[in-house]
Amino acid sequence: MKPKGWKDLPPGSVITRPGSATEFKTGSWRTFRPVWVPENCIQCLFCWMYCPDMAIKVKDGKREEFDYDYCKGCGICARECPGKKGQKAIIMVEEGK
Amino acid sequence: MATTLSLKELSKKEDLFTHGHRMCSGCGAPIVVKQLLLASDYPIIASNATGCLEVSSCISEYTAWKIPWIHNAFENAAATISGVETMCRSLKKQGKIDKEIKFVAFGGDGGTYDIGFQSLSGAMERGHEMLYICYDNGAYMNTGIQRSSATPLGADTTTSPAGSVIKGKTQPRKNMTRIMAAHGIPYVAQASPAHWRDAVTKFRKALEIKGPKFINVLAPCNRGWRSSTDDAILLCRAAVDTCYWPLYEVEDGVTRINSIPKEKKPVEEFLKPQGRFKHLFAPGNEWLLKLFQEEVDREWERLKKEAQEAVSDKS
Repeated sequence: MKPKGWKDLPPGSVITRPGSATEFKTGSWRTFRPVWVPENCIQCLFCWMYCPDMAIKVKDGKREEFDYDYCKGCGICARECPGKKGQKAIIMVEEGK
Repeated sequence: MATTLSLKELSKKEDLFTHGHRMCSGCGAPIVVKQLLLASDYPIIASNATGCLEVSSCISEYTAWKIPWIHNAFENAAATISGVETMCRSLKKQGKIDKEIKFVAFGGDGGTYDIGFQSLSGAMERGHEMLYICYDNGAYMNTGIQRSSATPLGADTTTSPAGSVIKGKTQPRKNMTRIMAAHGIPYVAQASPAHWRDAVTKFRKALEIKGPKFINVLAPCNRGWRSSTDDAILLCRAAVDTCYWPLYEVEDGVTRINSIPKEKKPVEEFLKPQGRFKHLFAPGNEWLLKLFQEEVDREWERLKKEAQEAVSDKS
């Protein structure tokens, strides 16, 4: 991402590209990484609903892998995950380990 | 026509508030915005008061919004959206647009309870076709945790620091939901993102009702509440279970409690995980904790009575 000077910006702070924030990746903020364990997942989608960063990919009403480009590693998903038979479907792992 | 109220169906909708926004890790506000945008099947135009949500969702040329969105100043989110609404009404009359558009204003507790209060009160009184959503995180978190009139009693903030002289904020919080209900507007509600079904239903209902609407939503801030980043939803649930943040709505002056906890939990459950209330548990400060509990109990009893009266009036 190349920083722009004031001459490159549109006048009046109007942004003409909706959702352009997707170009800004927030994944590097993460200290802990959520890891999805599909065999314990009951597809309740609570993680998707409670994710503040829209970092859980969902296709046809089923959750898929985390979007690590944007996940900030807050851990809400892991905390709220009901899991299966007491086994969580999301566990937090320290980055770099 | 509306999307079925199940996570599976809702998850098929497009995210109109995208990832890449720069709210802190574990913030409650994006969850509130997401739930509102999911609730609606109408096109939405939103305005935003200055606050965390505004500064971090729209930085320089990057915006996380996929809907028309306008920020004006701190104190006038409601005035701005009422202007937008009036413009659209006029355009409709002129036959230039024919869509049914819904208008939503977002404000933090600072921009709603304090700074934006006059413009909000004015817009409500004028009866604009709008929904005002306050995401209440209980202080001016954006500028570094200064007390606001939404800050609860005893909370430690940078302008009400807990020390030997004062024990955090010395005044109880202002009951904004009640103040808005007193405006006599068609719909006022209080919601929590942890109870997503209740929240989405309320947003949906509010968007359907004609006239000005107000919904106060709890939005934890782990920086200001001094809690851990994964606590947001847990704290929202605890707030409802302890009746600190009762879920209720006032529709045409009739109060209805939406969720009565099976067993009302002591307020400690909500306060304990938060560092801003740490001093409440220190020896010698039991009186403050007791005062907090009394405050919560009093409001809960009042609310129950109000709801009961509404029921008996009907029969």
